Amino acid sequence: MRPAALCRIALLVGLVGALEILCLSGVIDRITMQPPHRILLDLIRILASGSLDGAIAQTLGNAALAFAIALTVGVASAILLHRARPVREMLDPLFATYYAIPIFAFYPLLIIVFGLGDAPQIFIGAMLGIVAVIVNTLNGLDRVPGVLIKTARINRLGPVETALRVTLPAAAPYILTGAKLAVAYSFIGIIGAEFIMSRGGMGYEISFAYTNFDNATMYPLIVLILLVSIAVNTFLARWEKRLMARRGLQ
Amino acid sequence: MSPAAREALGSAAQLVVVLLVCWQLIYWAVGEVALRSPLETIAFTAKLAGTSAFWGHLAETAKAFGVALLLAILIGLSTGFLLGLNRFASEVLEPVLIAVYSIPKITLYPILLLMFGLGIAAKIAFGAIHGVIPIALFTITAVRNVRPVFIKTGRVMGLPPLELIVKILVPAALPEIFAGLRIGFALTLIGTLLGEMFASQRGLGYLLMNAIGLHNIDLIMALTFLLTLFAGTASGLLLFWNRRMQARGR
Repeated sequence: MRPAALCRIALLVGLVGALEILCLSGVIDRITMQPPHRILLDLIRILASGSLDGAIAQTLGNAALAFAIALTVGVASAILLHRARPVREMLDPLFATYYAIPIFAFYPLLIIVFGLGDAPQIFIGAMLGIVAVIVNTLNGLDRVPGVLIKTARINRLGPVETALRVTLPAAAPYILTGAKLAVAYSFIGIIGAEFIMSRGGMGYEISFAYTNFDNATMYPLIVLILLVSIAVNTFLARWEKRLMARRGLQ
Repeated sequence: MSPAAREALGSAAQLVVVLLVCWQLIYWAVGEVALRSPLETIAFTAKLAGTSAFWGHLAETAKAFGVALLLAILIGLSTGFLLGLNRFASEVLEPVLIAVYSIPKITLYPILLLMFGLGIAAKIAFGAIHGVIPIALFTITAVRNVRPVFIKTGRVMGLPPLELIVKILVPAALPEIFAGLRIGFALTLIGTLLGEMFASQRGLGYLLMNAIGLHNIDLIMALTFLLTLFAGTASGLLLFWNRRMQARGR
C-alpha cells in the first residue's frame, strides 16, 4: 500500500479515536453526540432488527429510479441536442448556470403540483442529475472520432443504430462521468427532499429522530447514509478509472 | 460594450424568453390550483417587495449567506494553497475531500444544529461546508498546474513564501481559482437556503416552507422566482468574467 493511503487511514482512525475519547470523557456531551462505538453498535442493532428496512428500501428505490430517469432522459436529450446545434447553443448558458439555481426552492411548488408522495422527490433527484448527464454526454459525443461516424455512414447504419452501436460506446467513459455525478445528485435530491418534508424514507427518519432527540437512531442512520453514498461513489470512480485506462485516457 | 458581452447578453435574452414561454404554457396546462402565470408572479413579487416583513427575512438570509460565503472562501483558499503546495499532504487529503464533496450533506445538518443550536450560526456553518470543498479542490488543482518555471523564477529572485503566493501563484492560478469560487458561491447559497428550510424561524427558506403550510401559491411562486433570478444572474455574471479571464490568460 502506498504511504499516502496508509497516512490517510491513520488520520481517519485518529479522528474517530479522538471523537471517542472526547465523547467518553464528557467534553462532548451525550445530547450532542454519541461515542463512535455506540453509533456502530446502534447501527448493527437497527439493521438486525429490521425496523427501518422500509425506510431504507424506499430511499434507495427512489434514488435508483431518479438516477435511471436522469440517465435515460439525459442521454437521449444529449443525442438530440448534439444534432440540433441552434437549440444547443441557446441552452448552453442554462446548463452553465443550472447548478447555481437552488433546485430545492422548487420543492414546495412540486409538492403542490404532484402532491406529497414519492413523485416530487424523484422529480427533484432526476432534475438535479439530468444536466450533469447531458453536459458530459455532449462532451463525449463531441470527442467521437470523425472516422467512426464516417464508417457508420459507409455501412449505411440508421440514426438509432449509429447511436447504439457507434457513438454511445465511443462516448461511454464520458457518459460514465456524468452517471457518477447523477448517482450523487439523485441521493442528494431524494434525501434532501425527504428531510425537508415527506412521509417516509431515511431522510425523514433522521429528521424525525432529530426532533425527538433520539440520537440512538439519528447517528446510526447518518452514518449509514454516508457509508452507502461513499461506497457507491468509490465503486463508480474505480470503474471509470478502469474504463479510461483502457482507452488510454488519463 | 464589447462584442463578446453583447453576444452573451443576446443568448441570455433568448433563453429567458424561451423559459418564460415554457412557464406560461405549463401554467395553461396545470392551471390556477398549483401555479401562477409569469405576469401574476411578477406583480406579486413587486407587492411583496413593498412589505417590511419580507425585507427582514431577506436581510437574515443575506447575512447568513454573506458570512457563510466569506468563511467558505477564506477556509477554502487557505486549504487549497496549503495542499496545492504540498504534494504529500494533498495526496493524503484530496480523496477525503472528494468523498465528502459527493455525500448528501443535508444528513449532517442535525449534527450542526446540535453543535451550534438553532439560529443563524448553524445556517452559516451549513452554508460554509457546502461551499468550502469545491473552492479547496479547484484551488489545489489550480496551484498544482501553475507552470514550474514561474515558481522557480520566484525562488531565484529570492521571494519570501508569502510574496511568492501573492505575486506569482495567485495571478497565475486565478482563472481556475475563480471557477472554484463560482461553484462555491452557488453551493453556499443552496446550503444556506436548505438550512433555512429545515428547523428555522427566519429567512427566505423559512418563508418558503411556511408558505407550503398555508398553501400560499403566490408567495411560493414569487420566492422561487426571486431566488432563481438572483442565482441565475449572479452565476451568469461570474461565468462571463471567468471566461474573459481564461481568454486573457491564454
